[in-house]
Amino acid sequence: MAVSTRMIIAGCYILLAPIIIGLLDGFDRKISARMQGRKGPSVLQPFYDLKKLFEKEFLTANKTQLFMIRSYLALMILSGIIFFAGFDILLVVFAISTAAMFLILASTATHSPFSSQGTHRELVQMMSCEPMELLVAVGFYLAAGTFNVSDIIAKSSVANIIYLPGFFVGFVFILTIKFRKSPFDISTSHHAHQEVVKGVTAEMVGKEYAMVTLAEWYESAILYGIIGLFFLNNNPLSLIGAIVAALVVWFLEIVIDNTSARVKWQLMLKLAWGVTIIAAGMNLFLLEIIRANS
Amino acid sequence: MSTIHKSPWLLHYDGSSCNGCDIEVLACTTPVYDVERFGVINTGNPMHADIFLITGGINSQNADVVKQIYEQMPQPKVVIAVGTCACTGGIFKECYNIKGGADTVIPVDIYVPGCAARPESIIDGVVKGVALFKEKAAALAASERK
Repeated sequence: MAVSTRMIIAGCYILLAPIIIGLLDGFDRKISARMQGRKGPSVLQPFYDLKKLFEKEFLTANKTQLFMIRSYLALMILSGIIFFAGFDILLVVFAISTAAMFLILASTATHSPFSSQGTHRELVQMMSCEPMELLVAVGFYLAAGTFNVSDIIAKSSVANIIYLPGFFVGFVFILTIKFRKSPFDISTSHHAHQEVVKGVTAEMVGKEYAMVTLAEWYESAILYGIIGLFFLNNNPLSLIGAIVAALVVWFLEIVIDNTSARVKWQLMLKLAWGVTIIAAGMNLFLLEIIRANS
Repeated sequence: MSTIHKSPWLLHYDGSSCNGCDIEVLACTTPVYDVERFGVINTGNPMHADIFLITGGINSQNADVVKQIYEQMPQPKVVIAVGTCACTGGIFKECYNIKGGADTVIPVDIYVPGCAARPESIIDGVVKGVALFKEKAAALAASERK
């Protein structure tokens, strides 16, 4: 891929990702409300929330926290640039983990018991998601023979989901956790749950919380991008299929969110690892057999 | 244009209420009343809250808690006292441990009377609180510009 094309796509990502994901979030809240028989807020509500958080007074117990959160946001944007500009997908996975480390450091910078409890849950959550994220990168390598995102697309004549159905199932499963939808008692769940108040974000005030939200939007854009990558091939028309697939997964997550309201983190850990080992593990095994025979 | 009033996040604290008003506050978030349509989120965290909603009177044990919660909320912020007990102390006013309404420890902006306060009047109070929240935000922005 030409350097100029890479730069244009990366620029589009930086500008458009928060707008698109924010709107999806707004529609998500509207659809969830309708599913529960409520009217729901405006679709622009996530943007109102973000703007308000930036306008609030800034209080903090430890100034290091702000630096950590800025690093979290910067690294998350960097991970997105690496992904959307078509570089190494393995590097994307590692960059996301490094960004998440800064979130952990930010939440432990203050000594609030809610933050500490949230950090524990956040670590459990990372433990249940990371194996699958890494395996997805491995899966793409086995299917396309490269870790490079632009080469994965250019070298595939058919959508890679044909070789990687197990990886896709496993990845969609952990997305529920990554989008902070279910379980309800994870570190900073979407829902008004009072057990750990707001977990890792409990001590983050105003603009700090706004930056964490923004970083989460950038992360969601990468995750939807990976969903799309399962469907992309060297035919440009496959982009439509990728967008449709991302929207289907988005809707599926809303349904899961509204039907599994009482799932707890213990079940999350067991299920996430179970699905990773069974779906992705079996898929990996079959791919290896095919490779050995061909 | 400021859109700050479109996202008022609410923190609910139960003083020494009989839980009558608390049930009515929770009723506001159910499908029948749905306060989320105004952008209201019921948050459990004072650091993310814009509107502090108190039910029940203030007693010697929770006076410090209420003060601390109020101080942890970043500006601009609005306080709403819901129910007769939070307004004046109500039927518990003469009890040895009761100091009185919420305004004995922190400044209260909106009073919502009623025993128990009905969801309609609570929503009315929240909407008035949201208008005041917008005014306070504008005043804060003006004082920062000076």
